Formats: sequence, structure tokens, C-alpha cells
Amino acid sequence: MVIFVIGGLTGVMVASVPFDTQVHDTYFVVAHFHYVLVGGAVFPLLGAIYYWFPKLTGKMMSETLGRWVFGLIFGGFNLTFFPMHILGLQGMPRRIYTYQPEMPWAGLNMFVSLSAIAVAAGFLLFFIDAIRSAWSGPVATANPWGASTLEWAASSPPQPYNFARPPVVGSREPLWTEATALPVVAGLRVDRRELLITSVVEGIPEALESSVGNSIWPLWAALATTLTLVWSIFSPWAVVWGSIPVSVSLIGWFWPKGVPEDES
Amino acid sequence: MKEDIVLDLTELPAHGLGTASPSWWGTLAFMLIEGTGFALSIVIYLYLMSLAPRWPLGAPPPDLLAGTTLTVLLLASLVPNILVARWAREQDLRKVRVGLIVMAVLGIVPLILRAFEFPAMHIKWDQNAYGSIVWVMLGLHTTHILTDVIETLVLTCLMFSRHGDTPRRFGDVSDSAMYWNFVVATWLPMYACLYWIPRL
Repeated sequence: MVIFVIGGLTGVMVASVPFDTQVHDTYFVVAHFHYVLVGGAVFPLLGAIYYWFPKLTGKMMSETLGRWVFGLIFGGFNLTFFPMHILGLQGMPRRIYTYQPEMPWAGLNMFVSLSAIAVAAGFLLFFIDAIRSAWSGPVATANPWGASTLEWAASSPPQPYNFARPPVVGSREPLWTEATALPVVAGLRVDRRELLITSVVEGIPEALESSVGNSIWPLWAALATTLTLVWSIFSPWAVVWGSIPVSVSLIGWFWPKGVPEDES
Repeated sequence: MKEDIVLDLTELPAHGLGTASPSWWGTLAFMLIEGTGFALSIVIYLYLMSLAPRWPLGAPPPDLLAGTTLTVLLLASLVPNILVARWAREQDLRKVRVGLIVMAVLGIVPLILRAFEFPAMHIKWDQNAYGSIVWVMLGLHTTHILTDVIETLVLTCLMFSRHGDTPRRFGDVSDSAMYWNFVVATWLPMYACLYWIPRL
């Protein structure tokens, strides 16, 4: 967030025309947008991986290595990209691979290159830790962070159905307000695929709607539609003749099969 | 985490109607999409009219007979349509069967009248921009009548089959009736646009 805000503040600076006239196409711009992109997307992504890694894999990543990764990437990032602001203000253009030796940019560029190695080392460590932990990390509990949201009530990793019974949620932090037991609903059938229909605003249960079973008809419908559309490039009659297999497949899809899911 | 059963849903119905039915919401969303298509076609018609030196382009105003007869027929079809929806809510199978047959006929007759509307425009789709847009508008609405007729025919067969007498299928019938109301409602601005704006 701090990184993203710094990128945002330099964004306000380059939006000012007199300033932009000076730093346009210089390393100041490179520094600015890396603060925006890395602060806005890369750091949140890394954080999300650390946060949900136990839920995804059922294993914990290493706390010690995590601190090293944070220090190397966060510190290395700032040491790499903050000096680029200064290089830009000193007039170094972007998108060049070399420059005359009398230009005063060599020292900072060496510093930037060495700092970038720290960032690369941090990422290497991160990938090693992620792969190693997924393979043989300590087993994660359902809610290792003491987090508040529902996914942490499911086991780590979750079952394909997530919850055997749908939870009832009464607040924005259900796992904090319902600390002892998860309130759930019972009464859904196990001999047909069902889902719960509730009222839109209040969330009051209204019906147990059936969920679709496996069917070949959607595939036929997709093939018939594809055939019709591709054929219609070559002849308008494709729309007329193609509508027949499309209709047949849609009607076949709709027609009741006499399974428990048709009951009402 | 330990579970605490706070609600038993065994007594809930195995299918909801109206806003408790996903297919009702699906029909509503479909109407939104298709309604946008109709609105866009009217916008294109008015846009082309605003550019053209005279309107209609290269043709006299369309003949009124077929289009007006069709409009009156569509409006009249709303009465049995609303009755079918009511009978479906009451789950009266016999009346719904009769009503669906009536609605199937009231869907096929407009298609026959529609066949006379295209020549009543006095222009082909490839003659100029006016021809293109009136054929698009008529064709778009014809597609909607046609698909609804097929839907009504399928539902009619369904309600005569052993699968018919359940709340789920009565819900399908009332959704279909809602969609026919939409097909009629969208025709009214199209009719005004196609037949009366050229006469302004």
C-alpha cells in the first residue's frame, strides 16, 4: 500500500505538464510505474499466495524463509527502483542500453543492478520455499491465521463440495462472532443434487432447487451452434438449416429425464 | 470446525416459483438482453433517419394492413396469455393444456401475417440503409415470435406428457407466458417506428 501510494504520488507529479516536460521518457517514469505495478499487483499477489497457501495445499510455508523473502524483495525493490527517481531527475533517458562514460549515472546504476540481484534472490527463495512447502511443509490446520471469513471454516485443503452443510452467516466476520461452532442448515437431500434458493435481500430460505446433473445435450447444443455460425459465414441458408439441430439439441436438453432432479 | 444445526430445511418445497425460481431470473435476464437488442435497432433506425435527406429512402411508406392486423392480434393474444399464466399459478392442468393450444395458434397466425409484412415495406434488405434496418427490425422480432412458438409447442407436448403435472412445469408455463408479454410489448414501439414514423 505504501509502495502503491508512492507510485500514485509520482503519478500526480508526472501529470503536471511542466514537470512532465522535464522527466518524460526518463528513469523517473520507470521508477514511477514500477512503484505502481509492483505495489498495486505484485506485492498483493505475493501476500495472497502466502495467505491462502495453507488453504490451497494443506501445508504451511516457512515463517523464517518468509521473513527473508520479505526483506529481500521489499528492501531490494526499494533500493532498485527508488534511485531511478534520482537518475531520471539527473536526466537519464529510459530505453537505452549504454551511455557515454562522462555521464554522471554510473555509480547509481551499479547500485541499482546490485539491488536487483537482491530482488531476484528473494524471488528464488520464495519459489524454493513454495515448492518445498507444498512437498513437505508442516501440515496446516483449517484456520492457521485465526481469520474471520468462511473459507477458513473448511478443511485445508477443502473438500470438492467445500461444506457438507451450507453455513448460516450472521455477520461480516462469521468465524470471529461464532467462535465455538459453525451454524449450518440441515435438510438438503442426498439422493438428488440440490441447492438452496433464498430471497434476494433478506436471504430467507425459500426453496430447495435441483442442480443439473451430467448431460451430453449441452455439448450437442454447442456443436450445433458452432456448425451453424461457421456455416453462416459461407451461406445465409446455414441459419435456416442450422436452426434445426440447434432446436433439437436445446429441446433434448430441456426435456425432463425422469430423474430425482425433475421433482418439485 | 464443529457444526451447529440452526435450521432444518426438510419442509421447503423442492422447487420455487417466481423470484424463487432460477429460470424466472433467467427469463428476466434474457428479456433484458433481447430488450437491449430491440432498443438498439430502434436507435439505429432513428439515427439513419436523422442522416437521410428524406425518409423513407427510395420507397413509399409501408402498407398498413398486415402490420396493423398483426398488432391487433398480438394485443388480443395477451388476454388468453394472462389467463394461461393465472391457470399455471393455480396448477389447473386441464385449463393450462387448452390455453397452451390456444397460445400456440395465436403464435403461428402472426407468423403468417408477418410473411405479408416484409413485401409491405416495398424495399429489399440490400437496396439501401432504410431497407437494411426495416428488414433487421422485422427479422429480429420474427425470430422472437418463432422461438416463442417453438417453446409453446414444446411446452404443450410436455403438459400432455407424464412429466407435465408438477409445479416445476407450471412454473415453466408461467415463465413462457411472461416472455410472450415481452414479445408483444417490444412489438409496439417497433410497429410505431416502422409504420408511423415514415408518415410523420
